[in-house]
Amino acid sequence: MTQKLKFSLQRRQVVHQILENRGDAAVVTGIGNAVHDVASANDDPKNMYLAGVMGGACMVAFGIALAQPDRRIIVITGDGELLAGIGSLATIGVEQPENLFIIVIDNQAYGATGNQHTHTGRGVDLVGIAKASNFKNTALITNEKELQAQIPNIYQKPGPYFAVIKVVSKSSPRINAPKDGTYVSRRFRSAVAGEDA
Amino acid sequence: MGIQPKIVLDRRTVVKEILKDRGDLLLVTGLGAPTWDAAAVGDHINNFYLWGAMGGAALTGLGLALAQPNRRILVITGDGEMLMGVGGLATISVKKPPNLAICILDNQRYGETGMQETHTQHGVNLSKMASGAGIKNTSIVYTKNELKKAIPIFYEETGPVFVNIKVTDKPAPMTLPPRDGPLLKNRFRENLLGHI
Amino acid sequence: MALKKKTSWSNAVFKTLKENNVKQIAYVPDAGHTSLIEKAIDDNIVKPISLTSEQEGIAVLSGAWLGGDAGALLLQSSGVGNIINMLSMANECRFPLLMLVTMRGEWGEFNPWQVPMGQATQAVLEASGVIVHRAEEPQDIAETVEAAAKLAFEAGRMVAVLIGQRVVGVKDWAK
Repeated sequence: MTQKLKFSLQRRQVVHQILENRGDAAVVTGIGNAVHDVASANDDPKNMYLAGVMGGACMVAFGIALAQPDRRIIVITGDGELLAGIGSLATIGVEQPENLFIIVIDNQAYGATGNQHTHTGRGVDLVGIAKASNFKNTALITNEKELQAQIPNIYQKPGPYFAVIKVVSKSSPRINAPKDGTYVSRRFRSAVAGEDA
Repeated sequence: MGIQPKIVLDRRTVVKEILKDRGDLLLVTGLGAPTWDAAAVGDHINNFYLWGAMGGAALTGLGLALAQPNRRILVITGDGEMLMGVGGLATISVKKPPNLAICILDNQRYGETGMQETHTQHGVNLSKMASGAGIKNTSIVYTKNELKKAIPIFYEETGPVFVNIKVTDKPAPMTLPPRDGPLLKNRFRENLLGHI
Repeated sequence: MALKKKTSWSNAVFKTLKENNVKQIAYVPDAGHTSLIEKAIDDNIVKPISLTSEQEGIAVLSGAWLGGDAGALLLQSSGVGNIINMLSMANECRFPLLMLVTMRGEWGEFNPWQVPMGQATQAVLEASGVIVHRAEEPQDIAETVEAAAKLAFEAGRMVAVLIGQRVVGVKDWAK
């Protein structure tokens, strides 16, 4: 039976708020809505948009975090994408990278394929799974006040960090984020690792 | 994270105890040591042993449980195997099969490849993973007494149930059950369904 | 026949990886890679990553390269089956990718369940756009890894070195 809880946060506004003062943090987005949410804030060269490979966002970010220990790496992804690679949390939980921050925009739906229900609306607790995977800094955010309180944890404290933000299930408009993997990845690498990498 | 209790249980003894009064339990075992453990108790026509497909044991149990709602299904597998398919716990919890029990023999090691440490040696807690995935009946077993209390859970409590049993990393003899896939499948089905 | 510990080729292979600036080594444990894994863990510069499933490794190494680190994935042929869709990212983005695959299911294999992926590994990798090299003799392995590393990191390709089961050693099931 699906939970019919009412959430109020709008995904696009949430993501824009989080990224407002991102400084030189790099961002990795999971496929689907997250790409458009992040790109619409600013098509920053330090954004790595994944247009495929569901389940890979956290691990891509983890690889970057290991390569760039002095830079904050933020993952913005969806609940369905995360679930497809949920074992990643255990891999990351063992390694405890201090510069990795995972933010899950949880609309309890697979946005890119017709808004079918995901497991999070049916009893699956992603924060619980993160805690079980050895994450010490976790949060469940359901309203504006909680969001404001958590933003300093993303930018001022060490990670690894895992937060789930419950949002209304409506998808926001798609925008034209670059889809060419070679372009996005080279641009990112130059911006993050330097031109001589 | 608190100090972990001492791990004392012997895997062979545990599995023997669990299967002692198995009745018409259908058993699926994950690859490696859990399969040898079940074979050590004795080959049984209601056992389906995985010799590969790492990550697939619990989900195999799910399919069987959904196909046979009037039978009790137990999956016995290891921590490494469960971790490789840990997303499956979310899939299982959403389906809520009342007749499915999952037992993890957690020695915190990859037993078949040289006893390398798994993630459960470093703070990852599978029974909390199962809770996070939405499985309501989860527990962790360290002692003989806790094991005694856990056994009825496998057989009688409404599923899905998930019990993580910590066992020592003492290697046990490799007792090998049949490994021929079609043989295992045909004998299991013929016994269960009356045809192959 | 007991499991042969071929540590000498592991030494030469690890040296090759270091010379090619490999900084991240991701793996799901495999007996054939035991020695390489230990070296990765002991090394001061290499970051070893223990994965719950092999597809995580393709993603990690993609991230590593995005961040400026070269990496390698150690896995068994059965694990190749787990990585296929994740390869599409390395393919589409032209990420360099170096994989060392210890083979099962092809030489003296006891476990029939290993045979499907053992037999399919080369075809599946090639169908996914990966260039496949094979090393069937211990003395060839390091040289083959060197060639593969150059193809990967200098020519920007996905490359897998399949280390033959004959070299790794047949698992002793009667121990």
